[in-house]
Amino acid sequence: MAAVATCGSGAGTTGSAVATASKSNVTSFQRRGPRASGTNDSGPRLVSIAGTRPSVRNGQLLVSTGLPALDQLLGGGLAIGTVLLIEEDKYNIYSPLLFKCFLAEGIVNGHTLLVASATEDPANILQELPAPLLDDNSKKEFDEDVYNHKTPESNIKMKIAWRYQLLPKMEIGPVSSRFGHYYDASKRIPQELIEASNWHGFFLPEKISSTLKVEPCSLTPGYIKLLQFIQNIIYEEGFDGSNPQKKQRNVLRIGIQNLGSPLWGDDICCAENGSNSHSLTKFLYVLRGLLRTSLSACIITMPTHLIQNKTIIARVTNLSDTVIGLESFIGSERETNPLYKDYHGLIHIRQIPRLNNLICDESDVKDLAFKLKRKLFTIEAEVQKGVSRATFLLDGPRKKLFPCLFQLLEVACIPWLMASSSIFRASNIFESFLCYQLWVFSASLFHF
Amino acid sequence: SRPSLSLTEIEGKLTLLCDAKTDGSFLVHHFLSFYLKANCKVCFVALFQSFSHYNIVGQKLGVNLTVARERGQLVFLEGLKSAVDVFFQTQEEPHPLQFLREANAGNLKPLFEFVREALKPVDSGEARWTYPVLLVDDLSVLLSLGMGAVAVLDFIHYCRATVCWELKGNMVILVHDSGDVEDEENDILLNGVSHQSHLILRAEGLATGFCRDVHGQLRILWRRPSQPTAQRDQSLTYQYKIQDKSVSFFAKGMSPAVL
Repeated sequence: MAAVATCGSGAGTTGSAVATASKSNVTSFQRRGPRASGTNDSGPRLVSIAGTRPSVRNGQLLVSTGLPALDQLLGGGLAIGTVLLIEEDKYNIYSPLLFKCFLAEGIVNGHTLLVASATEDPANILQELPAPLLDDNSKKEFDEDVYNHKTPESNIKMKIAWRYQLLPKMEIGPVSSRFGHYYDASKRIPQELIEASNWHGFFLPEKISSTLKVEPCSLTPGYIKLLQFIQNIIYEEGFDGSNPQKKQRNVLRIGIQNLGSPLWGDDICCAENGSNSHSLTKFLYVLRGLLRTSLSACIITMPTHLIQNKTIIARVTNLSDTVIGLESFIGSERETNPLYKDYHGLIHIRQIPRLNNLICDESDVKDLAFKLKRKLFTIEAEVQKGVSRATFLLDGPRKKLFPCLFQLLEVACIPWLMASSSIFRASNIFESFLCYQLWVFSASLFHF
Repeated sequence: SRPSLSLTEIEGKLTLLCDAKTDGSFLVHHFLSFYLKANCKVCFVALFQSFSHYNIVGQKLGVNLTVARERGQLVFLEGLKSAVDVFFQTQEEPHPLQFLREANAGNLKPLFEFVREALKPVDSGEARWTYPVLLVDDLSVLLSLGMGAVAVLDFIHYCRATVCWELKGNMVILVHDSGDVEDEENDILLNGVSHQSHLILRAEGLATGFCRDVHGQLRILWRRPSQPTAQRDQSLTYQYKIQDKSVSFFAKGMSPAVL
């Protein structure tokens, strides 16, 4: 007898979950009206925050991760109140870029930043943020507020930069009201933008030296200090609505770098059965509790390839909301593989949360590769073994199709043939025809 | 599945929800709305997500958790919020999640006391609720928070003694199956709870990987732990697809997408 969940008659629409935001325990999962940012609101409490938009699926409030391609894969963006865990690539080359794009997006949107690191001074991290590529439209919006003062030495490096010379003198809101921006990885963010932004840094070597009395519990002192710091900022600046003096309508973006590395005082990367094996998971749980009750979103990079104990990785994944893994091709056999010559690595979407919903926005494409072009970090559907040559062939001369089929079969690997879902993945009729032919052909090949 | 609690039954049922390589939380939402609609008194130890998450999904399934909580039908322990309270402020009385502040893995006695207090029969004139239910989502989180598998099994044992035997109520527990990852503590926990369960619902991802039209497979296993010489345990397997407000089940290979 199967357990069938009966479809409820729908007592109350999901939209009616908009509770009054003046309650002290405002959670970040309240349904907000789908309004474009910047328009006047009719209700007293449905003030839209710059740089956020509601999800089309469940009304969840989203912020951009700084990479529009990644936003799309995550179902529109990163939900407020959740944590995005990035499993670092082996040589930690590409994950800092995602980390910095997230922070840069916060500056461009006028969000408050909290940067925590045990390796680098947060002030230095902010100096290295990539420059946003703002188009002319947003420049025009901005011009009305900025005092239009042309200076002779306005031609500094970037065409965009000269507008910002006047920034420190005036109180600005977000630089751009768009959701999601592109960043130029080869240029630095203008200094004026950093100075105009509101940010807090947590640099572990500085904080750990102060002797604050901490009760012994099984978290490492570094994690305890970080949690207290985050909780303090959230309370002081009113991100959880509980501070009566502060009425905050902004988003806090938290970035934690290299969490779990030995520099945080944790030994999960050094030993298989360390003394503090629950420290990191407890930290994540309490952190998620803080995030759920405040207007904040968090990005964490973690060197999971160094963690010896696979159990911990599984638990960390379960305790995080969204998890993506970066796998770069550097030093691996794939670097010389002609199939991957256009890409720098693979990006794995390991987990997507189900928030306020029975289902989640899983994308159909599971094989994704990224490349760092001269300026931009892009993510594309990976050309799969076997199918890859087929898609290239479709563009080429058709008459050479059949001889190439033999080559394809050599390249095609068995798991591809057995995966039933791959046939559904073909996007147009011609491709599906080709896939079908390959299936039949190879099946007969193994019959003699 | 309607739990049958006729007069000849001497104890309530323990149902184990288990998921392997997929997310079995849809089962938790189902049982929560099911028992609330059946007018049971529910104690929900919700360690995994926030109250508003369960509330919003519950509304899609036809129950309002806020109203149920106000009426006294639902006692809700919001793990995430409580963890923050316990961690940052010293509590006067023992808090159910007191173990978060302790250096060594202790026991779950405060949590058990909380459950017992929540489900104990209230001496009012008429019986408002049919029978008590304990729902836990999910037990594997307790392992991540530093509790040992034995301590968690003790907690389940105490709860079963009180809720199933003494109060003739039901228990529904979700435990993740770690599968390939050799999580010994989790395996001990899963085996221990399996042996005590009357009904096991196991949600598994498909062996061949992700499919848009069939989200997974559900295995249903009926057991009788009280009778060691029972006849062979009965089992059934269905495949399912989760939709916005419901889950549709079909026999293996009979997905509408394939037919």
